[in-house]
Amino acid sequence: MIVADRKSLEEILEMVADCKKILIVGCKGCVTVCNVGGIKEVEILSSSLEIARKKAGNDIEIEMKTLERQCDNEYIEQLSETVNDYDAVVSMACGVGPQFLSEMYRDQKFFPALNTTFFGGATEHGVWEERCAGCGTCIIHKYDGLCPIARCAKSLLHGPCGGSSNSVCEISKDTECVWDLIVRKKMEQGRLEDLFIVNDFKDWRSARDGGPRRSIREELVQGNI
Amino acid sequence: MRLSYPADVKIIQVPCTGRVDIIHLLNAIKDGADGVYVAGCLEGECHYISGNLKARKKVEYVKKTLEEIGIEPERVAMYNLSSAQGARFAEIASEMVEIVRKLGPTPVINSAA
Amino acid sequence: MSELKSGSNLEKVLNAGYFAFTGECGPPKGANVEHLTEKFKFLKGNVDAVNITDNQTAVVRMSSLAASALLVQEGMEANFQMVCRDRNRLAMMADILGAHALGIRNMLCLSGDHQTFGNHPEAKNVHDIDSMQLIRLVKTMREGKFMNGDDIDVPPKMFIGAACNPFADPYEYRVYRLANKIEAGADFIQTQCIFNMEKFRDFMKKVVDMGLHEKCYILAGVTPMKNAGMANFMSKFVPGMDIPDDLIKRLKSVDKRDQSEEGIKFALEQIEEFKEMEGVAGVHLMAIEWEHKVPEIAERAKVLPRPQM
Repeated sequence: MIVADRKSLEEILEMVADCKKILIVGCKGCVTVCNVGGIKEVEILSSSLEIARKKAGNDIEIEMKTLERQCDNEYIEQLSETVNDYDAVVSMACGVGPQFLSEMYRDQKFFPALNTTFFGGATEHGVWEERCAGCGTCIIHKYDGLCPIARCAKSLLHGPCGGSSNSVCEISKDTECVWDLIVRKKMEQGRLEDLFIVNDFKDWRSARDGGPRRSIREELVQGNI
Repeated sequence: MRLSYPADVKIIQVPCTGRVDIIHLLNAIKDGADGVYVAGCLEGECHYISGNLKARKKVEYVKKTLEEIGIEPERVAMYNLSSAQGARFAEIASEMVEIVRKLGPTPVINSAA
Repeated sequence: MSELKSGSNLEKVLNAGYFAFTGECGPPKGANVEHLTEKFKFLKGNVDAVNITDNQTAVVRMSSLAASALLVQEGMEANFQMVCRDRNRLAMMADILGAHALGIRNMLCLSGDHQTFGNHPEAKNVHDIDSMQLIRLVKTMREGKFMNGDDIDVPPKMFIGAACNPFADPYEYRVYRLANKIEAGADFIQTQCIFNMEKFRDFMKKVVDMGLHEKCYILAGVTPMKNAGMANFMSKFVPGMDIPDDLIKRLKSVDKRDQSEEGIKFALEQIEEFKEMEGVAGVHLMAIEWEHKVPEIAERAKVLPRPQM
């Protein structure tokens, strides 16, 4: 899923400093699963902002709404009747949300309440880790299902580098060396020779380097299936 | 044994402090409470295993939020006691009232109220 | 022996069977050419080639390409270091061509320390290709082709170097990674600073068993310790360093004033052993910010005079 962190109250307060009435829009997709932008978090943000503004003697009126998703226009449309009743709208979706909102409602201002961080999963309750870099050409079959593009600090295709020590990456003791994982898994499976090759230069066109990406599924576009 | 505790405290009963959520504590502050505290069972003695431990974490979260806003985090607190400790209950109530009194009225002004 | 690939001095020295001795120099944190040429003087005549570091430890310095060219102007031989952190493939190929045009004939291909260690941790890193692929790229270009297969009219003939850290983990895999670098096209290897001799002897045995020393020249990395504090610091804070407690103890056992001499003595003992060690073709001396000690160390290591090729 897409993982995100909430921005600081200070930053959000700064964004809405001139607003008297705002809408906070949550999302029931990924950000609900990673406990950062669902119904609950919308309520907490709303209450926190109200407390801060009351303390400053500058009340703010806040309404809340959590959409099924903010990455599909059919849900974004659900705001059409009310979206202009506010001075601004704060989205608690990933970076996609405020943009879909902005594109549909050209007269309104939209602010992001989250910093979208990565594609990952929860390794334990409350801890999420990056697993995919969305480079557009998956090669993890070469590395026993582990991705060095996303998980090696240097995205090495031939690791581990000289900074791998006790299975930990040189950048931080909290960062696992994915190359250590790859090598050990290959060793355990007796397939170390899989790694004795010089891989082709990666074609980054399928990644963000090739420009903004688009995915078209013809059968859905034409057949309406 | 009839123990008195300060009339400033308004009690909201919940089946377990695990039921208390961040939003309840925040909303109490938002709506003008000078302080809010959670009185849970002794640690290790929750009937629902870990309700009181979860409550403590939520209290910590609210404290951090208040700090971010510039409000004294001491206005929110977690206490643990057993249902047999009536005297301790009264003592905690007085202690909390005393803390809040020292801090003064909440800086959260409800102009509409 | 075999036909020369680049014709660099280092290649000729190694090819002729001499025990190579290379040095290292970090460009200045500024455009101070005088300071740099001062440092060059300590190395001139005492080493076969000088590694010019490329924003080492991710701290911004004068470019390794420019500093290598200045070294060449001084009549010395550069080993131009290039890291994958700061350049994409376009910049790399351009700089390789430029380096050759400026008279540079050796390159050391590295991944580069992560920028979190440096003085611009906010930087975006590149890592378009990795060090293994950079080795392959320099070789491809030497053979007259760009990465895309287009012809290069005058190919940059580089003697291709790569790094190897036998002390990083997982240890069992290190020799295979070295083999992979040789497979990719490395002509010579300069190892990470060696302090744990026991482990290095074991590593070299593996190298020899696999016959890697016959496909590639291996230069053992030596860094003289200035004092026990430096050893302690490197042991704790420099990733991939293996500094045995015995060495730290040895440095501590002498008076503070004599610790640098003790560090040099240890380095000299190492060099003596490397001269005899099967598979080791030379020493790469990394006297970090201690260039002025190089003449003395070279003299006492009895590696002078350097062969004139």
